[in-house]
Amino acid sequence: MKCSRRNFLQKSIYGALAVTLPLTAFKILSPGEAAAALKESNLRWAFLVDTRKCVGCGLCVKACKNENEIPYDTPVTRTWVERYVVTRDGKTRIDSPNGARDGFTSPEMLGEKIDEKEITKAFFVPKLCNHCATPACVQVCPVGATYQAPDGAVLVDRTWCIGCGYCIMACPYGVRFFHPVHKVAEKCTFCYHRISKGMQAACVQACPFGVRQMGNIKDPDDPVTKIIMSERVGVLKDEYGTKPHVFYLGLDERVR
Amino acid sequence: MNDIIVHGLEWTSKDLFTYPNEFIYWSIQIVMYPYMTGLVAGAFVLSSLYHVFDQKDLKEIARFSLVFSLALLPVAAMPLLLHLQQPLRAMHPLMTPHFTSAISAFGIVFLTYALIVISEVWFVYRRHFVEQVKELAGEKGFGLRMKRNIFQILTLGAMDIEPEFLAKDKKAVRILAGIGIPVACFLHGYAGFIFGSVKANALWMSPLMPVIFIMSAVVSGIALCMLTYIIIMEYKKLKAVMAKGMGDESVQVIRGAEMEVISKSSRYLMSFLVAAISLEILDLIFRGYTAMKSWDILRSVMYGKDFVNIFILQYGLGNLVPFIILVLPGRTLRRVTLATVLILFGVFMMRWNVVIGGQAFSLSFSGFMHYHLPIIPHSLETFKEGLGGVLLVLSTPYILFYFINKFTPSLGGQREG
Ligand code: SF4
Ligand code: SF4
Repeated sequence: MKCSRRNFLQKSIYGALAVTLPLTAFKILSPGEAAAALKESNLRWAFLVDTRKCVGCGLCVKACKNENEIPYDTPVTRTWVERYVVTRDGKTRIDSPNGARDGFTSPEMLGEKIDEKEITKAFFVPKLCNHCATPACVQVCPVGATYQAPDGAVLVDRTWCIGCGYCIMACPYGVRFFHPVHKVAEKCTFCYHRISKGMQAACVQACPFGVRQMGNIKDPDDPVTKIIMSERVGVLKDEYGTKPHVFYLGLDERVR
Repeated sequence: MNDIIVHGLEWTSKDLFTYPNEFIYWSIQIVMYPYMTGLVAGAFVLSSLYHVFDQKDLKEIARFSLVFSLALLPVAAMPLLLHLQQPLRAMHPLMTPHFTSAISAFGIVFLTYALIVISEVWFVYRRHFVEQVKELAGEKGFGLRMKRNIFQILTLGAMDIEPEFLAKDKKAVRILAGIGIPVACFLHGYAGFIFGSVKANALWMSPLMPVIFIMSAVVSGIALCMLTYIIIMEYKKLKAVMAKGMGDESVQVIRGAEMEVISKSSRYLMSFLVAAISLEILDLIFRGYTAMKSWDILRSVMYGKDFVNIFILQYGLGNLVPFIILVLPGRTLRRVTLATVLILFGVFMMRWNVVIGGQAFSLSFSGFMHYHLPIIPHSLETFKEGLGGVLLVLSTPYILFYFINKFTPSLGGQREG
């Protein structure tokens, strides 16, 4: 009797331990799922930004905020445009007032007036999520709420995100934020709801100068793919090993 | 529900160029999280030094620190809960753990550790539970009957306290404490890994991070146990003085025992302190020497706006001063108390400098962000992630300890457990 009690206790501890093992650790794929996981998708979205054409009007930012319901007057935004001004003394000044939602209306930068004669070069750089091939954000999400679709788009499941902010910390490009209304991680989706229906992303459509384009990098006949494959393109911060899929034409070494 | 809140806007101010979405997203509760887990792990390691390695000199404080680490345990998870934007989904990492994420295993590591601590406490106190049940048998009052019932439940039906069974208990404690040390270190080293593995963050990314976290955790845990122990013993002494007068023998006994425990523990405290500081300095030197792309901005943060926080408050006031206090001959209780307070402060500053300091500069390396701790809350968010939340987290372990200690008395002369 005495010993059986001990035994019982022992067994219940083992039992408790076994229960704490999450069942999903042993997830079994159905044959269909396994096949789908193995089969390569023949679509991989990529984005092309021609910085040489950008005038910093901010129409893309405006269109994005409206399309994707990011509260208009908050500073957070899925895409933004940066202005770089390099002066004769070798200094680089960068700004992006309100993410350039209203364009760049003042020649002053961060409250400083720059003498026009001192400027050696100046340009604009639009930014958005790079839908990386090895996304740091997906790696760190503890619940799998941030995930990558087979076509390369990195998306967030709003119903499952716990709002820990780890992905925001992990993205080297600072494209993530908490949605001011839904209180979950938020970022550019390449307008997934539009592109998967054959429409253009809101920013691509809004840009009057054709700075922004999207294509399927797995299709060699895609006009965007052709440019990426034949021209000299750059990506941002490749030292982090994220393999970004937003390509830039005319990227300056000073762009951060 | 539908009000518009930009998380972080409230307490972040920006300087020069930062990306529009950059804010201090990980605020004070993420400072508290490693601080509190550190205290838990440290307290547990202190008690294990006695149970596993038979450091007899720690016997008195070992019981106390074990029970105290039980009280601290729920508090290690509290800051995370207060930090989540969706606290109701806190259990999701257990349901769909995504194992490439360092956070995903938190629940599993934490629960394993909790199981170990709880069972160890149970084995240490089983004899006490049984004795209480026997002692309270036949009591008539409702309160006492309730108390007896609770003890009865706590025994889990294992009522035998013959020497052979007690020996088995003791063995179990030893084994559990033995497993507990690596798990405690893992729990905390793991908190270090959460930061150390963020490659986007120039300040956090370092393979030394987990080890640094473990060392400072042990330091803070020991310091907190010593401090709490001193306070409680002082209180006992005061009570003895009030009851029996200054010169009474019992007062002397308490005083002598107290000083002995404290000077023994401070030896351990100092050795861990030296290890912790060496690692941190190594990390710092290495960053300066290799001077990667990020070093420019790191240096301007460390030697510029965070200079006081890092070098004066953390290293100076929080490490060097208490170390000197402890090393100087002629240690007194008052000086040790001061040293432990300073060390606790120093470790807190270290967590602060890592978490907040890591977000003090923009990912663009072209601008800075400043953190302003919300003092007076005007919304749930500014309470949770402000001074209010901090005080809540800091006071909870003491409240819990008060209740837990009612059933597992851990202070003063119990019999061998
Ligand atoms: S840019 Fe950032 S958010 Fe987008 S996929 Fe890459 S790591 Fe994730
Ligand atoms: S904030 Fe949401 S999406 Fe981001 S890591 Fe946490 S749970 Fe995943």
